[in-house]
Amino acid sequence: MSDTERSETPTSAATTDSQGMKYLESTPRRLVTVYLPLAVFLFVLLFPFYWMTITAFKPNEELLSREGNPFWVINPTLAHIKKLLFDTAYPDWLWNTILVSVVSTLLSLFCSVLAAYAIERLRFRGSRYVGMSIFLAYLVPPSILFIPLAAIIFKFQLFDTRLALILTYPTFLIPFCTWLLMGYFRSIPFELEECALIDGASRLQILVKIILPLSVPGLISAGIFAFTLSWNEFIYALTFVSSSEVKTVPVGVITELVEGDVYHWGALMAGALFGSLPVAILYSFFVEHYVSGMTGAVKE
Amino acid sequence: MLPAATVLLLFLTYPLGLGTWLGFTDTKIGRGGEWIGLENYEFLWGDAVTRLSVFNTIFYTVVASIIKFGLGLWLALLLNKHLPFKAFIRAIVLLPFIVPTALSAIAFWWIYDSQFSIISWVLTRWGVIDEYINFLGDPWLARLSVIAANIWRGVPFVAICLLAGLQTISPSYYEAASLDGASDWQQFRFVTLPLLTPIIAVVMTFSVLFTFTDFQLIYVLTRGGPLNATHLMATLSFQRAIPGGALGEGAALATAMVPFLMAAILFSYFGLQRRAWQQGGQDK
Repeated sequence: MSDTERSETPTSAATTDSQGMKYLESTPRRLVTVYLPLAVFLFVLLFPFYWMTITAFKPNEELLSREGNPFWVINPTLAHIKKLLFDTAYPDWLWNTILVSVVSTLLSLFCSVLAAYAIERLRFRGSRYVGMSIFLAYLVPPSILFIPLAAIIFKFQLFDTRLALILTYPTFLIPFCTWLLMGYFRSIPFELEECALIDGASRLQILVKIILPLSVPGLISAGIFAFTLSWNEFIYALTFVSSSEVKTVPVGVITELVEGDVYHWGALMAGALFGSLPVAILYSFFVEHYVSGMTGAVKE
Repeated sequence: MLPAATVLLLFLTYPLGLGTWLGFTDTKIGRGGEWIGLENYEFLWGDAVTRLSVFNTIFYTVVASIIKFGLGLWLALLLNKHLPFKAFIRAIVLLPFIVPTALSAIAFWWIYDSQFSIISWVLTRWGVIDEYINFLGDPWLARLSVIAANIWRGVPFVAICLLAGLQTISPSYYEAASLDGASDWQQFRFVTLPLLTPIIAVVMTFSVLFTFTDFQLIYVLTRGGPLNATHLMATLSFQRAIPGGALGEGAALATAMVPFLMAAILFSYFGLQRRAWQQGGQDK
């Protein structure tokens, strides 16, 4: 990279262009140093999705033959999708995933708003340490927590219920949302609250009428991110749930569609595709919020 | 509002404490355990599979993180250039990170299939190999295949976060540097890298954490096989605790991950401090 990108042009032309001096690079050079690697990156990153889609529509004969061109479908079929929707509990899983994700996201957002506001603005003794420990809690991964949580779930007899998932997902969602919202609340000027206090508003009124409307972008970021996180959650759902009707999509596809040695690749891929599409679509509407949520959590 | 915060902390610290405690007991599913001291740890220390899984975990984390960092930084630098459809490309790049890992792992499973792998198909057509590669059947091939899938998922995260860092660097630094006659490489080495270091520290801490405790990918692709060659500490503790029923043992194994994680967190903490110091602020 260092050799190919080294600029040969003299560095005398000062420029006020925000792009710096990049316009001095010739087109063939850019083609090799920028577009070619970028194309390779995009190809590798997107290929599995293409492959997933194409496999979902291939009839079995084409899937299991080494002849012909595997990159295209000759006789597209909807058989796999039909099998998925009518012969398996897939619609149930999809519904479970949506339900669990939405409810746990809302629950987490509610708790996080209260917690973040308390930490940022009430300034009680040790609030800074609470903030720090929230960050640490965010770093504790589910793969350490699932065993003790399983013990707790058994004790409360929540095993194999949707409620088990709804109650455990917030353990990783709340720290994240709180951390993100703390950053947003910090950016809202203090004076607004002081004015409201003088006008006789209570803390709760301030929160609902002043802070929340101002932090809508933050709420959306946190919500979208939390939703995708809980949609992607796997280990808790795998551990805490065992009957088919209460499984989520990732777990259901992995555990139920794989029967012995016969893999129904078409149906598996269709399942993966339809499990991915909702988050992908949601994400595409809120890309900017999502990115700012992700990078905001890292930057703070 | 205060109670909300307290309840929160209890909900999180309690399981963590309970997990540590479980590690010192011989609890099985459906039966309470007795305190047995360090026996679990002693057993795990002498267990060949556990040792292998520790090795695998470290190997997996180190190799995947280094490659993720390299490729991620490169991709971030590419995306930071003036490109047509920049926002669109950036949105697409993040897709692997958005889609549920368990589901994209299925796609990789099919790509790595021993008989119908698309990679093998292309390579035989090109005449590079004669017979199909058994990606997930051979211990070392399986390790590398799993690492490749992990990198595929992790690069977008690293790249987008670093890109956000790159965009905060003012272009005037580059102008000043190029007026002083710095080459592109020198600009990268002496302007970009120092300014990016704090963000790199944090992003890589996250990346290492997620890689170290990875579960989904391994579970879907190999379930720890072949011959336990891809078992990570997380997957092994799941296998021992849930299908195996030995909650205590699994908890001990999970707790054994904590020291490694603490090291990563400390690393991030110092990264943050350095950032505050660079910006002329006091200690955070």
